[in-house]
Amino acid sequence: MIDWIVILQAGVASGTVLLFASLGEILAERSGVMNLGIEGMMLIGAMTAYKIAVVTGNVWLGMVLAMVAAGVLSLLHALVTINFRADQVVSGLAINFVGIGLSTVLGEGLSKSGAVNLLPTFSLPLLSQIPVLGPILFTNHNPMTYLGYLLTPAAWFYINRTRPGLHLRAVGEHPAAADALGINVYGLRYRYVFIGGLMAGLAGATISLAVSPGWFSDLTTSGQGWIAVGLVIFAQWNPWRAAAGSYMFGALRRLILDLQGPQTLLFFANPFYYMPKLGFFLQMLPYALVILILFIGSREAMKKRLGTPAALGVPYVRGERGL
Amino acid sequence: MAMTESIAKGFHFPFSVRFEQRLSTPAWLPALTSVGSLVVAFMIGAVVIWAAGGDAIASYEHIVKAAFGDIGVFNDTLVKATPLILIGLACTLAFRMKLWNIGAEGQFYMGAWGASAIVLAPILPPTTPGILMIPIMMLAGFACGALWGLIPGFLKARFNVNEIITTLMMNYIATSWVLFWVFGVWSEAGFQMSPVFPKSAWLPRLTDYAKQFPELGGLTLHAGILFGLIATVVVWFFISRSRWGYEIRLIGDSKQAAFYAGVNIVRNTVLVMMVSGGLAGLAGMAEISGVVHRLQGSISNNYGFTGIIIAWLAKLNPFAVVLVAILFGGLINAGREIQPSGVPRMLQGIILFCVIASDVLLRYRVRIARNQVNHD
Amino acid sequence: MQDTPNAVEMRGIVKRFPGVLANDHTDFDLRLGEVHALLGENGAGKSTLMNVLAGMYKPDEGQIIVKGAQVRFSSPRDAIAAGLGMIHQHFMLVPTQTVTENIILGLSEPHFYLPMAELDKRVMALQEQYGLKVDPRAKIWQLSVGEQQRVEILKMLYRGARVLIMDEPTAVLTPQEVDELFVTLRSMTASGHSIVFISHKLDEVLAIANRVTVLRHGKVTASGLSTIGVTKAQLALLMVGREVVFSVDKKPAVPGEVALSIDDICAENDRGLPALRNFSLQVRQGEIIGMVGVAGNGQSELAQVITGLRGCSCGRVLIAGEDIANMKPYAAIKRHVAHVPEDRHGVGSSPGLSLADNLIMKNYRESPVSKGWVLNRSVVRKQANQLKTEYDIIAPSIDVQARLLSGGNLQKAILAREMSAGPKLIIAVQPTRGLDVGAIEAVHKVLLQEREKGTAILLISEELEEIMALADRIVGIYEGKNMGELPAQTATLTQIGLMMAGTPQGSAQTKEQ
Repeated sequence: MIDWIVILQAGVASGTVLLFASLGEILAERSGVMNLGIEGMMLIGAMTAYKIAVVTGNVWLGMVLAMVAAGVLSLLHALVTINFRADQVVSGLAINFVGIGLSTVLGEGLSKSGAVNLLPTFSLPLLSQIPVLGPILFTNHNPMTYLGYLLTPAAWFYINRTRPGLHLRAVGEHPAAADALGINVYGLRYRYVFIGGLMAGLAGATISLAVSPGWFSDLTTSGQGWIAVGLVIFAQWNPWRAAAGSYMFGALRRLILDLQGPQTLLFFANPFYYMPKLGFFLQMLPYALVILILFIGSREAMKKRLGTPAALGVPYVRGERGL
Repeated sequence: MAMTESIAKGFHFPFSVRFEQRLSTPAWLPALTSVGSLVVAFMIGAVVIWAAGGDAIASYEHIVKAAFGDIGVFNDTLVKATPLILIGLACTLAFRMKLWNIGAEGQFYMGAWGASAIVLAPILPPTTPGILMIPIMMLAGFACGALWGLIPGFLKARFNVNEIITTLMMNYIATSWVLFWVFGVWSEAGFQMSPVFPKSAWLPRLTDYAKQFPELGGLTLHAGILFGLIATVVVWFFISRSRWGYEIRLIGDSKQAAFYAGVNIVRNTVLVMMVSGGLAGLAGMAEISGVVHRLQGSISNNYGFTGIIIAWLAKLNPFAVVLVAILFGGLINAGREIQPSGVPRMLQGIILFCVIASDVLLRYRVRIARNQVNHD
Repeated sequence: MQDTPNAVEMRGIVKRFPGVLANDHTDFDLRLGEVHALLGENGAGKSTLMNVLAGMYKPDEGQIIVKGAQVRFSSPRDAIAAGLGMIHQHFMLVPTQTVTENIILGLSEPHFYLPMAELDKRVMALQEQYGLKVDPRAKIWQLSVGEQQRVEILKMLYRGARVLIMDEPTAVLTPQEVDELFVTLRSMTASGHSIVFISHKLDEVLAIANRVTVLRHGKVTASGLSTIGVTKAQLALLMVGREVVFSVDKKPAVPGEVALSIDDICAENDRGLPALRNFSLQVRQGEIIGMVGVAGNGQSELAQVITGLRGCSCGRVLIAGEDIANMKPYAAIKRHVAHVPEDRHGVGSSPGLSLADNLIMKNYRESPVSKGWVLNRSVVRKQANQLKTEYDIIAPSIDVQARLLSGGNLQKAILAREMSAGPKLIIAVQPTRGLDVGAIEAVHKVLLQEREKGTAILLISEELEEIMALADRIVGIYEGKNMGELPAQTATLTQIGLMMAGTPQGSAQTKEQ
């Protein structure tokens, strides 16, 4: 039997990783800077968090330093794209390579280290008593999952209802207008690229210290950073949609694992049980699904003709002109 | 903000860095910045290796020796460079049109799979002579790679689906696809690899001619490098001398201008993604037919991603791709024994970083100016 | 000691850009409560000087004195704090945000949470005070150009600006809207505001300004001249440095057959809103149709529909009798339709490609530029050098990137490419926008030559003087509808203004039968 409650409960926990990464990327992209280096920054975060936890035994210190490490990497991206006006796509790819390589170098031998303290899990009183939703959302989760519930509305409120959010949107839509009113375009872009980095680091740390504990080199993230980038496009830069997408993908990951367990599936013989090699097709599923949701998102965006921050990917240079 | 206020109150930094747009770029500058960024990258890499507890000088010495030290290791370097040339060209072609094909890794795998299917399915019997077998395998490899480029290309052209994400997702799908066949269908005695191909499916190697020329003995360089060199000339000719190449450059520079000039952007997008994927697929075919001689799970040393860096370091110039690919072939070749094992990959990332950071020098003149201070 | 103290003084301002000296020791002063016009050709350095005053650019040399005290602005924020607000030619408004959001953008109060209902009310109150009406909750992209300008003015007033710098504020308005703007400006100077009015239009300067400063090539040729008793010709001489002919020599038109017939066209703009509503128009060989309309009333879309850059949901575009509506752009190119597009940097040229590559954009498919699949490089270079000489394109070589050409030279290159293809129909959209007098004259000459050759020309322009001088017939467009046509010899500015404001004039083109 497939236990849907368990799948959804685990889905919420592992979807939190995608949620952190995509919320950070939404903020960065809203300011006009696309950072494709999420995967690399997550790896740096996951490695740092696990290494610190192994060495010091303090998971919280691990979380914080993971964010700092990924944040520093994102500042490189900011420097190259904002000051040096390099192509954001290529710089993002470079961030990935550096992130993957650096985490492999510094995480050498880490996979053999023994058990380590992980993030604690706990249930929320009262809320966990709610039928169906209680066991899924409020039972035996680590604190990061609960943090995710708070961050989604907070991000939406921040972007749409506050002055810093107003300035963030202005910088990503029309940096010259923002600049003309004295808004520090470079400063804000730096700030949000850095926040995007911090969030990616947090996402990575959440993997290695909670969702699937341990350090398995680049298999630790297995493309989740890229899925997050795809989710941002699908979400049309809206935190609520990003949350919906993240939890859906989280549940899918768990479902794929659980699908191979039972002998029967909807009263039929389960092909994945009897032919385990078909599992390779299950593994393709999330990636194929990303392509599908991007396709759906693009059709929607074409119809509504909106979504992308107008200045996304465009370096801002005050008063540049030709001969 | 705090900085602005302090400036308003009269504090001045003595110097400021200014970027001034260049009106023309000297011809030697791109090469100089590429070389310069390589040097800087290796210096940064040295610091990291040292910080991680390694000996940077020994590592680099080892890299040079293990990559270019004698004819034997240089042979290995060229073998590694072969797929890199083809993939570097694949990326060059796509990037020239500002199509971010970062799916070369998957296209490489699919090309290898397609070529293997000819032998293993088997589509042609093992007794087929090489003169027929090899071209069919090449076609199959190219076609499967092209198919893997066609899907994101079509989605991009027709529905404006972001090709960066789709090509990347296609990588993961391709790896799972190949693993399924390696484990599930063509597995040899339950191992994670297919049976060895018959000799007719092997690309000719230098060592095959050791009988006539004894000095070639042991040299594993295979005909795949010829594909690479021929493709270099062809890609160069297409980009800079053909009508189609003009359209690609036009689209790459300004889509709107290309549309205004009556260029068919949808068709070109699909076509370029197909050819780009096909070249990467051909690299996959060359790798299994020239080196591995069987299909297995791990056939790529991260070639697909290294190709991106090569294309960029070569400033999207096909001939420079060959040189850079040989350099990176050496790096991969030597890197197998370097500890810690992530060093080559990290170095690649740092190199790419330095290259894009140095690009600013091509577009802008950097001036360090003394800030004027008015004493009044 | 002066009777009225100066609101602003600029002394010896120098501003350099790579390859350009935009301001060469320029002086400027603005008195309290005056409208001071800053007059000069495009490229004379007017906008640069005012961007320095508004804190956008830092001057390389010189001083700025506001109300007697020397100031140094490191950002526009400093200038605004000193009471100086600039309204740019291209409005600095965030299209996806509301009017109120744009007005409060960049301020520090309220610091965090934005109570929008209350802020909307404050904006309304400000509107009442100055008589500048616009819905505070509307998104900028939903507003007309005139309304957007009001938002820009409100934005500066909300910040308590006492000095308003307006960069070519009338360029995008109808004559009637210009009159309204002038009323607003006068009421503002009456309440103690000072206004810098940047313009290259002599009539307007004489109509609104108390004093005028003229710039030529970054240098002042007349400083703070009172406009009383000054003639247009005198100002023109100061501005250009030579006598300017206000009329163009033009032979009477000899209209031939119908070259372009637009039949009942409907099309949408980029936002999916109707841009053309059952629009019809005919252009004959050997005549210039001048199309007037406020920006955003469908004229850009019309040019795109004709040239195949935009599809249409109904109607036909007949080129020499053949319907090419909804075909690819190449269909129009093949039928010798030349297109001088509005956006010469993004659409009409490929900024990163060389001048030579830009010159073959329309004929690279044809012999002798290409033989089969292969481009013939020597022909490409020969053609480029020829056109460069013939059209006097000033560039270091034909290998220079198009983005490095000045606006005038880029436009000459585009004209060279389009005219050398032997056009039968020319669609020219804002062909002289932003060009200096020399370049404008060159563009006009080319268009008139083509007219004499018997080419049909549709000229879409916001420069009414240009339309009056070149066109044989004047057609108005408003909200995507044809507002009728007037013979150019007898058309008056009032009639044209009425068409631009949506009142049909003359023989409103009704559908035949």
